[in-house]
Amino acid sequence: MADTSTDAETVQYDVVVVGAGGAGLRAAIAAHDAGARTAIVCKSLLGKAHTVMAEGGIAAAMGNLWPDDGWQVHFRDTMRGGKMLNHWRMAQLHAQEAPDRVLELEEWGALFDRLDNGLISQRDFGGHRYARLAHVGDRTGLEMIRTLQQRAVALGIDVFMECTVTDLLIDETAGERRIAGAFGYWRESGRFLVFEAPSVVLATGGIGKSYEVTSNSWEYTGDGHSLALRAGASLVNMEFVQFHPTGMVWPPSVKGILVTESVRGDGGVLRNCEGKRFMFDYIPEYFKAETADSEDEADRWYDDKANNRRPPELLPRDEVARAINSEIKAGRGSPHGGVFLDIASRRDAEFIKRRLPSMYHQFKELADVDITTEAMEIGPTCHYVMGGVEVEPDSGASLVPGLYAAGEVAGGMHGSNRLGGNSLSDLLVFGRRAGERSAEHAQKAEQGRPQVQQAAVQAAAEQALAPFAIEGGGENPYALQQELQASMQELVGIIRTDEELVLAREKLTELEDRATRLVVHGDRRYNPGWHLALDLANMLLVSECIAVAARARTESRGGHTREDFPGTDESWGDVNLIVTMGDDGHVVLRRQPLPQMPDDLRELFEGK
Amino acid sequence: MGYELAMRLWRGDADGGELRDFSVEVSEGEVVLDAIHRVQATQAGDLAVRWNCKAGKCGSCSAEINGRPRLLCMTRLADFDQAETITVTPLRAFPVIRDLVTDVSYNYEKARELPAFAPAPPDADGKRRMMQVDVERGQEFRKCIECFLCQDTCHVVRDHEENKQAFAGPRFFLRYAELDMHPLDTNDRRALAHDAAGIGLCNITKCCTEVCPEGIQITDNAIIPMKERVVDKKFDPLVWLGAKIGRRTDDRTEL
Repeated sequence: MADTSTDAETVQYDVVVVGAGGAGLRAAIAAHDAGARTAIVCKSLLGKAHTVMAEGGIAAAMGNLWPDDGWQVHFRDTMRGGKMLNHWRMAQLHAQEAPDRVLELEEWGALFDRLDNGLISQRDFGGHRYARLAHVGDRTGLEMIRTLQQRAVALGIDVFMECTVTDLLIDETAGERRIAGAFGYWRESGRFLVFEAPSVVLATGGIGKSYEVTSNSWEYTGDGHSLALRAGASLVNMEFVQFHPTGMVWPPSVKGILVTESVRGDGGVLRNCEGKRFMFDYIPEYFKAETADSEDEADRWYDDKANNRRPPELLPRDEVARAINSEIKAGRGSPHGGVFLDIASRRDAEFIKRRLPSMYHQFKELADVDITTEAMEIGPTCHYVMGGVEVEPDSGASLVPGLYAAGEVAGGMHGSNRLGGNSLSDLLVFGRRAGERSAEHAQKAEQGRPQVQQAAVQAAAEQALAPFAIEGGGENPYALQQELQASMQELVGIIRTDEELVLAREKLTELEDRATRLVVHGDRRYNPGWHLALDLANMLLVSECIAVAARARTESRGGHTREDFPGTDESWGDVNLIVTMGDDGHVVLRRQPLPQMPDDLRELFEGK
Repeated sequence: MGYELAMRLWRGDADGGELRDFSVEVSEGEVVLDAIHRVQATQAGDLAVRWNCKAGKCGSCSAEINGRPRLLCMTRLADFDQAETITVTPLRAFPVIRDLVTDVSYNYEKARELPAFAPAPPDADGKRRMMQVDVERGQEFRKCIECFLCQDTCHVVRDHEENKQAFAGPRFFLRYAELDMHPLDTNDRRALAHDAAGIGLCNITKCCTEVCPEGIQITDNAIIPMKERVVDKKFDPLVWLGAKIGRRTDDRTEL
């Protein structure tokens, strides 16, 4: 019998950062530096967040290799990669500030790969005009998280490890809804914890665990998206989910694990079972002018960017993923249902091992494939959600005073499709901004701090303990999660139709109903079944957001492809879909005009 | 293709526990963590196990498989005979929380004791220049995924709990060496490595190197050079004399 005590310890901070990936750590460092008493809360041990899996690099127009590169070029690439649906201001800030954020990491001990002149090396990636990804082999995320982690530790910031936030606490007494803190539990003991804080920064990452084939870890259950929605904030662009073109497909145990885009950036090409470099057949009109149309030109581009155009393998991820999907559907795939990614025939073994050490290791250890001598089998895998909390670009502030979001959980920056390498830079740029501004907000709240309502704490505790109260005959959380993943994969996956999206809503409604009868065994101490039961509520809510928005957008753009509306429709080109939560606990959808780009930025796109 | 795998998993908590037998269906290409997840999903919903990336990149799922410290996600079932029973127990050097999950806070405490990176000022253009060959030494150490398998296997603490106070362990010798060899770091960490971190207690049996899933040459490339640097500073009479009479200010000369 589980302990049913709703007692909770209480701690007080100025800023509570939920999540300890790149955005959370950078936000916490900024808040601390701004003088705020800061806490980091994370579901795993420190240093294990999903950022650790990022491979290719951090996009920043430092111009170390190509002096013509600059923030305007990076801005333009980012907007075009997102099919112009990005919030222009976020894309601008991101392109302008990314170089400083990279140099700052070096200041804190990061050891990036170097050019011959000693400056930070920059590598090619899809959708980027110039080689601009700062990297460490193919383990850039590990370098970034370790650097930020070591900085946060050196600054003495408090970290609540293996602690899950299940509710945001709101104070409504001053006539408006504002953040008063957060409620959570220690995974180790199952005991409750109340954070009293006027500012909360969400940095919880994405939603990929709602899909069957995903590169994401167990933590990616949409917690921040769900917390924000339930607190009264809005989500934007939820229909856009990025399927990374290259995930492992064999053996089944590793299906979905990421194969870095750097393989293509460093010269790898895609082939079908006939040995054909098929990407030349899939160059969309939108990118024709800047994409090579022959293998010769594509191959020359790596060394001479001025006189050649980019290989089609380095089109933005949405284009490449769709092309791979089409080849597989047309029966030209590899034996295990993917296509071939070949770098072995194009670069020597020494180069491959030096530039792609973790890919070499990963295929050798998990699939018995030596990537220096044979092609890899790969296929699309759910990787990233472009949609997230709607924020004010400069500050990361949501609609709820005191609630901020940064990183993958925030929406707008990447429009309908994110370019590779733009995620790590996004985490740093907007993590810092959200950290600073949340500290300012806390400072202002010093007179008249919001008060946590005891009734809300009691309600949150009872909600968290609910799965223990179900006696026999209930639903198994693991089985329910698998059903959810299968449904999202099949019905709200890479290619969508109205019919399937209707079915998805029905299925989600059924699963939500069954989720009220989840039963967990054992007690509250480190009980993964219980943890999953609580995470499932977030996964279901976020899945509903995706399905609703995906059905409404009757066109194809970026990470949203409709078989029944295959073309891009200009009438959708200036529309964001916004999701909020209605009184009945279900999501409400509305259209909102895209923020207008000022003329001086608009000129960057003319005549190009 | 699929077969029934016999597993013995340790279940219990700080008060004690025991090995329990499970039989679970597994298939081609799976790893030990897959089998444990299937036990969890179908037979023991509250079975505690730490994991994150399931790709050998985060270092969360450390445990002991048939007595050997390994990552659950990188240990393939194909490495074992199908008839063999696979036994999984928690890391022995750390206190058990529940089942396969241990309290690894010792490592986080040692991390806090380490003085941070302290670089010299950047070049005039605000950038820093380092040669690839110089950063590669540190980069090898920064591949560390903090799985703490080296800490678990190191007999200085594995069999002697009392040593934990004075001994930071291989993972942190790696960190000391990384910072000491960093082209831009200005701190001298040799006294600290010796006094606070207890590098002298290590008698280079190389157990740490053997279990490192990243293949880092912990002993040869980090610990031994670090020991030599410590000895160089602490015991070399010429260096000592030079420092005393003020003739030799740059005592960072390598051996």
